[in-house]
Amino acid sequence: MTAQRPSGGYVGQSVPRANAKRLLQGRGAYTDDVRLPRLAHIVFFRSPHAHARIVRLDLAKARTMPGVIAAVDGKALVEYCTPWVAVLGHLKGIKSAPQHAIAIDRVCWQGEAVAAVIAETRAQAEDALEAIEVEWQELPAVTAMSDALAGKTVIHPDLGDNICFHRDFKTDGFDDVWSKADLVVEETYEFGRHTGVTLEPRSIVADYNAAEHTLTVWQSTQAPHMMQDIFSRHLNIPEANVRVVAKDVGGSYGIKVHVYPDEMAAAALAVMLKRPVKFIADRLESFVTDIHAREHRATVRMACSKAGDILAFDLDDLTAIGPYSVYPRTSGIEGNQVVNLTGGPYKHQQYRAKLDVVFTNKNVTCQYRAVGHPIAAALTEGIVDRAAAKLGMDPADFRRKNLIADDAYPYTFPSGIKFERLSHHKTLDKLLAMMDYRTLRAEQAALRKQRVYRGIGLATIIEVTGPSPAFYGVGGARISAQDGATLRLEPTGMVTCIGSVTEQGQGTEAIFAQIAASALGVTMDKVRVMTGDTGVTPYGGGTWASRGAAIGGEAVLQAGRALRSNILDIAAAILNMDKAELDIVNNEVVNKLTLESKLPLVELGRVAYFRPDTLPPKFQSELTVTRHYTPREYGFSFTNGIHASYLEVDVDTGFVRLLKHWAVDDSGTVINPMLVDEQVRGGVVQGIGAALFEECVYDENGQLLNGTMADYLVPMSGEMPDIVVGHVETPTKQSQLGAKGAGEAGTAGAPAAVMNAINDALAPLGARVTTQPFTPERILKALDKI
Amino acid sequence: MKTRTPPLAQSVETTLIVNGTTVTRRIDARQHLVDFLREELGLTGSHAGCEHGVCGACTLRVDGRIVRGCLTLAVQAGGKRVDTIEGLSDDGTLAALQEAFHRRNALQCGFCTPGMLLAAHDLVEKNPHATREEIREHLSGNYCRCTGYQAIVDAIETVMKGKR
Repeated sequence: MTAQRPSGGYVGQSVPRANAKRLLQGRGAYTDDVRLPRLAHIVFFRSPHAHARIVRLDLAKARTMPGVIAAVDGKALVEYCTPWVAVLGHLKGIKSAPQHAIAIDRVCWQGEAVAAVIAETRAQAEDALEAIEVEWQELPAVTAMSDALAGKTVIHPDLGDNICFHRDFKTDGFDDVWSKADLVVEETYEFGRHTGVTLEPRSIVADYNAAEHTLTVWQSTQAPHMMQDIFSRHLNIPEANVRVVAKDVGGSYGIKVHVYPDEMAAAALAVMLKRPVKFIADRLESFVTDIHAREHRATVRMACSKAGDILAFDLDDLTAIGPYSVYPRTSGIEGNQVVNLTGGPYKHQQYRAKLDVVFTNKNVTCQYRAVGHPIAAALTEGIVDRAAAKLGMDPADFRRKNLIADDAYPYTFPSGIKFERLSHHKTLDKLLAMMDYRTLRAEQAALRKQRVYRGIGLATIIEVTGPSPAFYGVGGARISAQDGATLRLEPTGMVTCIGSVTEQGQGTEAIFAQIAASALGVTMDKVRVMTGDTGVTPYGGGTWASRGAAIGGEAVLQAGRALRSNILDIAAAILNMDKAELDIVNNEVVNKLTLESKLPLVELGRVAYFRPDTLPPKFQSELTVTRHYTPREYGFSFTNGIHASYLEVDVDTGFVRLLKHWAVDDSGTVINPMLVDEQVRGGVVQGIGAALFEECVYDENGQLLNGTMADYLVPMSGEMPDIVVGHVETPTKQSQLGAKGAGEAGTAGAPAAVMNAINDALAPLGARVTTQPFTPERILKALDKI
Repeated sequence: MKTRTPPLAQSVETTLIVNGTTVTRRIDARQHLVDFLREELGLTGSHAGCEHGVCGACTLRVDGRIVRGCLTLAVQAGGKRVDTIEGLSDDGTLAALQEAFHRRNALQCGFCTPGMLLAAHDLVEKNPHATREEIREHLSGNYCRCTGYQAIVDAIETVMKGKR
């Protein structure tokens, strides 16, 4: 397979993204930019309580307000949209309660939609919200994870308890090895729930044509075909009559790959009202309804030998997901990933884990960029540093001793996950060289004498990318793990590429153009790429779990190779030559040996489309080909990377100043180094946000206390460091392209690296922090200063 | 059942110059400038990201100064010159920055980009010798959730070096 890997051409080049030009001129087409005749605007009346019974809901006054077209409650919407329960067959025992597009009788979190108002303008709809009258009966809110687990108050009585999902896991030899360990280190880590904060809020425009019984939805989504299926099934419209269009998407990071009740309500309201409707979440709604993620408290223990060999990991993770498992991917996946991945870079053979996923009366949580990885990485790398310190070993040396050897693959980790080939030692060596580790350690030591507290933190990661149906399909979810690409040579010699993977700014369309141009032998200006329209593209999964390049890119490569072959068939017929003598270079069919120009593609296109009468009688040209790809050999294209953070802690104020960050990532074949670097950098900064700033702070009544952009802190340019990115390339042999994913790498490793760096800085003062985000207040508390 | 017109829903005839063209409209007194541009004039290049003045996605130019389109009422722009990403693209004002952003991939989803370009241009004009730290500081009112900022700083630095 290796010999067939694309070489030369545009693969491996930092080509700028052609489709970025429209965005640079403000000429993109985000969902809120869609304008339709008779477009009505939806706003939602949302619960101010975390848990309450709706005793009386009176929409009569709202209906009389200027411009109001309708005001609708949950009961009225039921006949247009059926409820859902988010469970998956392969997460054994997972349970959840039926969830409606608009709450009926009871609300289970602050922000849950209770009624919708539809008006001619959004301002009029918002005016009418104030005329809605509700009488509430407040119910006890379950907000602490421990209370949820204890189950004194059960949120959904029909479920019997507040446990959504439980998993126990133990390798056969665990007890024996554990009892013989020389050293056991243990620590408890806490993670604040945070959210994606896409700059473009969730957005949907839905239009129903009653004459045709067709629904067209423009949606800011990562997974148009998944949404097509869901709108079809829950709105009872044949799938062929539902079209989902995702044009420009203003940030997603996993936030826009889930089913949101208000978006389902919007689509149902289009059907009910037989007219186009628009719902654009405002920022305050975003904070209480966009999925949150990563509220965990986990105790991790690690057993070692005196010689410094890691022998076993023991994990106890508790995570809370809000009142419902989120449809259709479920909210059990994040915790499950933590179990799968914790300890994953290291060569110990024994592992025990326990996971509890519980319901609470807070906003729902679900898969957000790097799902579970930042938790697993912090648990693993935090405890690894702790053990290294106890053993008196340098953290880099301790890792080198314990990381799985680069020649040990294929390898099965005790949790059951399989690695095709990782490169931990290569990435570690590269990182240490890039950052000049020894010099940095010397600088750190010198500055400590001057009471300047700098820290160096390392974090090794493994990363799930390019998943097969093992992620969702095997559990019964109608989510495609396969993607497709159609390539068409136009009569003008131009190439149209239509892919089922979607674009949210990562550069999907750019790398598709690079792969297609390279496979065909045309220049990139000849390739146009289209994505994000179920009415047009092949069927596929869209964008999630770092699958765009690994899966969608392979489909483009295979389609490109098939089309190239078809083009050469036509050329051979026109030129009366042997196909094997011909090649395509620089938009022309050439003699393979001499590179002499034989037939420009523009001429080939003219003949194939307009003068096929001149071709041999039984010859039919095929200038449109579609190919699909899904990984089969491994459940996931695991990849790896390593991060380092260098920072300074002001021990008087508790502020952390980030000095520099390094990341070495192995994403297999790199198609566009600039785009991969920027994926890593953007991911690192989201990870830094989690480590230092971002938390959805709730009080004991389930009220979100910081639900504005001013109160919920995201990283700003002024406080971010420059980030140095390096690559090691270990292509996957599953595909001809060899690409793995890169989207999660930054977010997965950065928080652990920052945590370890802070603790390294605080070590001489005997202080340590383990609760994210590491705010100045928490650091000062650890220093016993407040 | 009585209906009422909230006082801020009262409309005011307003004339302003948008991207060089004089525009006269009756504008609801409560309507923000970014909503007016988007909803009434179809200039959808300016984006409403937070609608409370923090994220900077709605950054516009009024009489040559950058403002938040979500904190400025449209009627406040009466008699003034408003420039948006569309106008400043067409007249070439942002061309060097746009080229540098493109080459350096200083944007991903692009939602923050129009505002980011206007804020960047403001700095390029005022302080073409800005250091990286000063560039980072100047952009702190414009959130980008995709890039991690470094490519944006690089692109602006490139344009400044070209100007010197």
